[in-house]
Amino acid sequence: MPVQQLEGSRAVAEAVALCRPEVVCAYPISPQTHIIEAVGAMVKSGRLTPCEFVNVESEFAAMSVSIGASATGARAYTATASQGLLFMAEAVFNAAGLGLPIVMTVANRAVGAPINIWNDHSDSMALRDAGWVQLFAETNQAAVDLHLLAFRLAEELSVPVMVCMDGFILTHAFEPVELPTQEQVDWFLPRYVPRQELDPEAPITIGAMVGPEAFEEVRYLAHLRLLRALTRVPELASEFETMFGRPLGARPGSAVGGSLVTSYRTEGATTVVVALGSVLGTVKDAVDELRTEGHPIGVVGLTTYRPFPAEALHGAVEGAHRVVVVEKAFGTGGRGFVTDDVAIALRDHDVAVHTIVAGLGGRPISEESLRRVLATAITGDLPAMSFLDLDMGAVTAETRAVRPL
Amino acid sequence: MCAMFQVRIHGRGGQGVVTAAEMLSVAAFLDGSWSQAFPSFGSERTGAPVVSYCRIDDREIRTRAPVDEPDALIVQDATLVHHVDLFSGVAPAGFVLVNTSHTVEELGLEDLVARFRRERLLTVPASEIALRHVGRNVPNTVLLAAFAVATGVVSLDAVVAAIRQRFEPEVAERNARAAAEAGDYVREAQGARATA
Repeated sequence: MPVQQLEGSRAVAEAVALCRPEVVCAYPISPQTHIIEAVGAMVKSGRLTPCEFVNVESEFAAMSVSIGASATGARAYTATASQGLLFMAEAVFNAAGLGLPIVMTVANRAVGAPINIWNDHSDSMALRDAGWVQLFAETNQAAVDLHLLAFRLAEELSVPVMVCMDGFILTHAFEPVELPTQEQVDWFLPRYVPRQELDPEAPITIGAMVGPEAFEEVRYLAHLRLLRALTRVPELASEFETMFGRPLGARPGSAVGGSLVTSYRTEGATTVVVALGSVLGTVKDAVDELRTEGHPIGVVGLTTYRPFPAEALHGAVEGAHRVVVVEKAFGTGGRGFVTDDVAIALRDHDVAVHTIVAGLGGRPISEESLRRVLATAITGDLPAMSFLDLDMGAVTAETRAVRPL
Repeated sequence: MCAMFQVRIHGRGGQGVVTAAEMLSVAAFLDGSWSQAFPSFGSERTGAPVVSYCRIDDREIRTRAPVDEPDALIVQDATLVHHVDLFSGVAPAGFVLVNTSHTVEELGLEDLVARFRRERLLTVPASEIALRHVGRNVPNTVLLAAFAVATGVVSLDAVVAAIRQRFEPEVAERNARAAAEAGDYVREAQGARATA
């Protein structure tokens, strides 16, 4: 298929339609809306058929309908963001516990209060341990490719998959995207054959109560099943490359892609930046500049975040003395979520792990600010945890005003 | 093109500011360039100030930061010109296109004449042209056409092709006529200046 200049949401809607979902149930919330509008229009016009678009009154209902649809053997898709994801949280855990291969796009957005419609990763991070695979898109091409991978992976492993893409920054951005053909997608993603399905003709119960005598085993088995993604994701990425003639996530004209982690200029790097999502683009520009100045610095992107690709990360940062995690969320009163995962994965290594919290609630992340703070990392002056472009004047004024602590 | 060209578009909700950046990115794409367009992500409200961005390059564009130092500024609503920061970050060699039937001096922007190169500071009666051809005050396509002719960064043909991709045939046709007039307007203005 030729390369097209498309809005991210439109590109994802097209990719989802090519995956032939049979039930789509979603509740609109910014910045996910354009995706669902576009899929809904395709169902209404008959272009996406057979498919039922179910209107519901909330995100909780959207995930519940997706669970019901998936349990009857239908390929089910939904999308949400922010408070919407949190509102469906109980059902999100159920989807994983029931082993239902639902695919959900999360158009990443901050979580209130205060209300904020802009991008960060607080929503997906809040549900990172709900038992879903979590994939993060760096570009809209990656978002398209990861949806194809998501359906295939979900149905093979019987696990739900979240494809996370930065709200507005990706969902509302126009950039070149190559969409696959229906024939290619049909080859890559065979018809869904459920392991078990609810059928009134042959009634069974799923998700029945499990007591203390077996619950731990049930959870352990779910853990093992999720971990299989660490093997299958790279295998499927390799199949993808054979089928589509380019690496998973590689943008038009580029040969750079990746599935668990992606590496950029890490050869000989003593400092490695770890990040996920669209900020990787700006980080790469900053790193190019620092490399030009002679600093041995590289970038590792986490495409797969759950299950956490500890071994792949380990290999990717080999030789680095310092890892700087740039993350768009953090645990208030704690640390960066990704930082914790990275620190545990690298605990046997002599590596200092730093956190830079950036881009909260849509705060722009400029190349200049990144370069400045990464330069302090290189000279050893970066604290363990810092906040990019934090306005200390505003913070001090506020703490004085309320006389706390 | 040897370096990235960055555009910032200012206007008000309802004037097609976001659509303008999208169409500009499509035009650049049709010309064979890499391009990226995105809005400033406000809650869209009719009449509220809106900003959108477009980057054009001959290689992959990776950055996701807003455009702070545009090579060209398009102002779709002249009532915004006295807002602080409207011209912030625009290089002295940058292009400035303002939708107005008045002159720069009449708008009280004499300081811009000193700040920018006179031939790159353009006023275009885009609303007038749009009203005449499209029947609505949607100056975006007119200004894109003016931008194409003034800067040469994208071709006028590509702008018209992007307009045709975006709108239904009848609306596209009206916009294409408006774009053609805008192109002529800029060429005439440049010609008049050259002979002056």
